[in-house]
Amino acid sequence: MPHDHSDHPHSLLPSDPALRVRTLETILTRKGLVDPKALDEIIDTYAHRIGPRNGARVVVRAWTDPAFRKALMDDATPVVAEMGYYGRQGEHMVAVENTDEVHNMVVCTLCSCYPWPLLGIPPGWYKSDAYRARAVREPRKVLGEFGVTLPAGTAVRVWDSTAEVRYLVIPQRPDGTDGMSEEELMAFVTRDSMIGTGLAGRAA
Amino acid sequence: MSRPHDMGGRFGDGAVIPEPETPVFHIDWHPRALALTLACGALGKWNIDVSRHARESLSPTDYARFSYYEKWMAGLADLLAETGLVSREELSGQAPVQSGTSDRMLTADRVAGVLATGGPADRPSDIAQQFAPGDAVITRRKNGNRLVDGGHTRLPAYAAGARGRILRFHGTHILPDSSAHHLGDAAEPLYAVAFPASELWTHPEHPGDEVVLDLWQSYLEVAP
Repeated sequence: MPHDHSDHPHSLLPSDPALRVRTLETILTRKGLVDPKALDEIIDTYAHRIGPRNGARVVVRAWTDPAFRKALMDDATPVVAEMGYYGRQGEHMVAVENTDEVHNMVVCTLCSCYPWPLLGIPPGWYKSDAYRARAVREPRKVLGEFGVTLPAGTAVRVWDSTAEVRYLVIPQRPDGTDGMSEEELMAFVTRDSMIGTGLAGRAA
Repeated sequence: MSRPHDMGGRFGDGAVIPEPETPVFHIDWHPRALALTLACGALGKWNIDVSRHARESLSPTDYARFSYYEKWMAGLADLLAETGLVSREELSGQAPVQSGTSDRMLTADRVAGVLATGGPADRPSDIAQQFAPGDAVITRRKNGNRLVDGGHTRLPAYAAGARGRILRFHGTHILPDSSAHHLGDAAEPLYAVAFPASELWTHPEHPGDEVVLDLWQSYLEVAP
């Protein structure tokens, strides 16, 4: 039922966005459909408990444990679930590995699909029109805006998340990190390196 | 046949502006909008495809002028009205009437469990897998929903009619073209399909680059 009427119900709400959200919450709370304490709990989860450090832990283990890396590349979902990273927007995980030959990068041109249990809520730019429109057509120009230049011999593979499968990029381990502990290596794994708009070891 | 959300490959959007990892939320009502959307989703009146379609069905004017979470709020308000959970009068400011479905309300103690359970999209299907990795395929040249005129689909316009190759098989998944319209799961084989950049764009940046999309079997045909 495509509902293409000119008088969408949303236009009945106040035009100021902050007021619009508050009005909707008030209506839903008074109707007994929403519990404000549940909203606080959801917000606390994504503001403080679930974020890119989860994904970084997966990357570091892939760098340091060949058996883990193989299992992750074969079927990531049960492997990351066992580490406690499963749930909404992470039900079907695939890990893709950067090499000298291929650099992977993730986008959702249709909305903003993103692996929440591993990376948290996506950054503003991931949800922006500019990134959604351009990442598939000119990924190298977009990478340039993140300060990343790839060698001519490296192909770019852009993953457009058009289904419920979510992708985690395993960046290349930086040179000079041999012998470092897992905790030390964690510092090299940036959020952007796991989306593919950055490289490990370089802050966005 | 296109809707304003289908913007892959579009020209004219300007630079991408990187941002640090924290803070996660920049404006105080953003996390509230996110949480309201998740809490209402838990009421069970719609699925993720229905909610995506609600946002996509905003007028192109609203889609362009609304910020990200404003789109979410508009889609949510429209769904609440459409499913009868909230009346137009209540949205207009009339005193809200206590709902009869309050037993489904997401309570704080259930949040962790609901988020951790998620909503897997894989389902059994009677439709046999037609393609294997390495097979050449062509996407449907028109990318519209074949069940509902103007309906939801997950084949972006930029990849319609393009020739690619099957990269991997994901198993059988809910078909969003059906589930977005409450027409059932209609699960079918889902594949990652790789397209050379030169197949998609007039001026590809590099001859070796590719774009990979996850596409349902009914979006694909055997390449001649």
